[in-house]
Amino acid sequence: MSADTKQNPITQNTITIDGQEIPFQVGQTIMDAALAAGVYIPHLCHRQGFTPHGSCKLCVVDIASKSATACTMPAVAGQQISNNTPALNEARKTITQMLFIEGNHICPSCEKCGDCTLQAMAYHLGMLDGHFPQFFQRREVDASHPTVMLDRDRCILCELCVRASREVDGKNVFEIAGRGTNAHLIVNSASGKLVDSDLETSDMAAHICPVGAILIKESGYKVPIGQRIFDLHKVSEIGLEKIILTKMKHADE
Amino acid sequence: MSTGGSDLNSSNMTDLLRSVISRVYAESPNVLHVLYALQRQFLHISDEAVREVAVHLDLPISQVDAVVEFYSFFHKIPRGRYDLLFSNCTSCGYMAGGVDLMAMFGRRLEIAAGSTRDDGLVSMDQTSCIGMCDHGAALLVNGMPIVSLDVAMITRIAALVEAATPLEDWPAEWFHVEDSIRVSGLLLKDDLSEDISLRAMLAHGAAGTLSEIVQSGLRGRGGAGFSTGMKWQLCRDAQGAAHYVVCNADEGEPGTFKDRVLLHSYADRLFEGMTVCAFTIGAKQGYLYLRGEYRYLLPHLQTVLARRRELGLLGGDILGQPGFSFDIDIVVGAGAYICGEESALIESLEGKRGIPRVRPPFPVTHGYLGQPTVVNNVETFIAAVHIVLRGSAWFKAVGTEKSAGSKILSVSGDCAAPGIYEYPFGVTIRQVLDDCGAENVQAVQVGGPSGTLINSAEFDRKLGFDDLSTGGSLMIFNQTRDLLAVIVNFAHFFAHESCGFCTPCRVGTILLKNGLDKIACGHGTRYDLDEMQRIAALVKCRSHCGLGQTAANPILDGLQHFPQAFEQRLVHRDYEPHFDLDAALEEARQVSHRDDTAAHIK
Repeated sequence: MSADTKQNPITQNTITIDGQEIPFQVGQTIMDAALAAGVYIPHLCHRQGFTPHGSCKLCVVDIASKSATACTMPAVAGQQISNNTPALNEARKTITQMLFIEGNHICPSCEKCGDCTLQAMAYHLGMLDGHFPQFFQRREVDASHPTVMLDRDRCILCELCVRASREVDGKNVFEIAGRGTNAHLIVNSASGKLVDSDLETSDMAAHICPVGAILIKESGYKVPIGQRIFDLHKVSEIGLEKIILTKMKHADE
Repeated sequence: MSTGGSDLNSSNMTDLLRSVISRVYAESPNVLHVLYALQRQFLHISDEAVREVAVHLDLPISQVDAVVEFYSFFHKIPRGRYDLLFSNCTSCGYMAGGVDLMAMFGRRLEIAAGSTRDDGLVSMDQTSCIGMCDHGAALLVNGMPIVSLDVAMITRIAALVEAATPLEDWPAEWFHVEDSIRVSGLLLKDDLSEDISLRAMLAHGAAGTLSEIVQSGLRGRGGAGFSTGMKWQLCRDAQGAAHYVVCNADEGEPGTFKDRVLLHSYADRLFEGMTVCAFTIGAKQGYLYLRGEYRYLLPHLQTVLARRRELGLLGGDILGQPGFSFDIDIVVGAGAYICGEESALIESLEGKRGIPRVRPPFPVTHGYLGQPTVVNNVETFIAAVHIVLRGSAWFKAVGTEKSAGSKILSVSGDCAAPGIYEYPFGVTIRQVLDDCGAENVQAVQVGGPSGTLINSAEFDRKLGFDDLSTGGSLMIFNQTRDLLAVIVNFAHFFAHESCGFCTPCRVGTILLKNGLDKIACGHGTRYDLDEMQRIAALVKCRSHCGLGQTAANPILDGLQHFPQAFEQRLVHRDYEPHFDLDAALEEARQVSHRDDTAAHIK
């Protein structure tokens, strides 16, 4: 919750999510207002403080039975919003399955296992399998950088790294290229390799990946399975981003 | 390195790249135009070219790279000196005549689709509808359309390519594309002089002109049908450092070609309409976003623009009106259906990938370069010109209450007289079918693949925003057609054209395509049909933009109105795996050079 909302907790503007009245300030999105009020709307590509993106579509809600993306839709007084309903959670589960089968996700051996928001989302939504046939896409691994590893197999195209680099780090290390299911993460350097970019280990872009696509080298498996973020927390806990980012940092940083 | 025929050492190559980039950028400061020039001259856009463009245009390398990889007409691997793109539309595609003309061409020149021959002479691929649907099978050779293809022509084209005959020496009549206007109405019966509407506009004043447009009830002709008057009003009222007028001539919906005809024969009227809009909203600059497939119209359009400048109808102090200055630049796309979506079009105008923006805010307040922008269809601007001259009552007198005026249709498929038909709104599908000589009609796809698929029980439905809304495409399929093959074609189209931004469309269109392929080749079960229905509903309901929200329409309409087209292909088992054991062995067969019976599992 930002300082502003703490100072002005009461506004006449409210929206209703699943029957619960929630205040908002003009300029807030439905997601902003919901999270500030402690109401969880599932999301993967959203992060408070970043430019809203609206691509993963986990945060789909229905406003008077019309579909909307909570992280980009401005809150408007009187909106009647459905969020935590069986139908919406079923749609979210299907979208999560789509993300799993599009990439190459190998949870049991992935370093991110237990710290992965996609995996946690799957558990949260009761996803038991990928359901759809795997795409088995060939995706390039970039191990050129001395401290950061880029394995596109797991990339879900959420562009959190793209935005972190631009909006927090003041750089422009990442971009999405290609179209349709050929869309893929590229690196802004002459060679296209991470080593020739200006990415540093201390950049937020190096730590923000919600899946195992961008990993910090030489720190793998330091936290044992069973003590990882989503072993100790639910993905639906509000304000988890800070804990995630702290745990992602190298112990020496 | 292949450099399109010349041998160059690397520093010469760098100099050459730089000279091309700086020359083109000086003429037309748009990354798409620079990349097009590089693609034409060097037959591909090399990594070095990407770096040079980034340096010269002061863009991130990654942005230039992303643009190259986004548009279908840019390539990182060299294409042939003759680059042939066969349309894969059901109306102007390589299968339109019932014979696979692309496969035939490939056999003649020993080349596979999607590849470039080893000698660099020729490359061949398929491409989404090129808007030649009134002329049967069609292709683009180095960007120039050749229509009415048949077996004999394919043989001749193959010989001309093999002999490396310059395009200028190919039969000139091949490159002539007829307008084929069959029925003219309000807009196509046009005898206006070049300045008369602008004089009427000046007499009305900006507020009066806008009022006429509002009163007329004109709605956007691209298909969505937003009130044109309201759009102009919102843009006029929006605060911004500059206002812009953009014409959406990215006519990519398969089966649509009316804008091709309007751009070819009614360009003056279009530019006049953009000028009227500029006067109304206070814009100094307009852009015509022309689809890459229509690049062959560029010289003609530029000639019209130049003449209008000479006549004082564009430029400074238009018609002697002090302070009213407006000019139009043309930006040419590079093969991306998604750029017909207005916010994706604006992204493309700005030299980026065509990814639809988050809305709100809408382009009327935050459009090109973040400024208030009107984006309208070609036909909408032309209608506006007529309204300004003849008045809103004249326009409103035609059509229906909710759909004023006329609609220009692109009629193609199984009929005697494909072409352009202009009708008052409210016309029935049956009337159109009778007029174009369509017999034994099984189905009509109204509004293209993203529109509505109807069966014969619905032919008395009317065209209009309150019943069958359409951007103008009307594709006719008679009883001999395999409707499932048509729906499969559309599913492949959407999977190819999905921009990849949001999960439901990016992954869902592929799942739909794969699922339909499975059913079409006789491996589908009832379970697969149910899955189609479920995925289609999700893609339709949860996608980011109009592309995804309409991509599943042909499947959903097909399942509802033509269930037998699917059911007759089903295997009557509960479940059949997607995994095809025999197909999975193909790579192993190729590696081991085996194709005998024992190397197959049947």
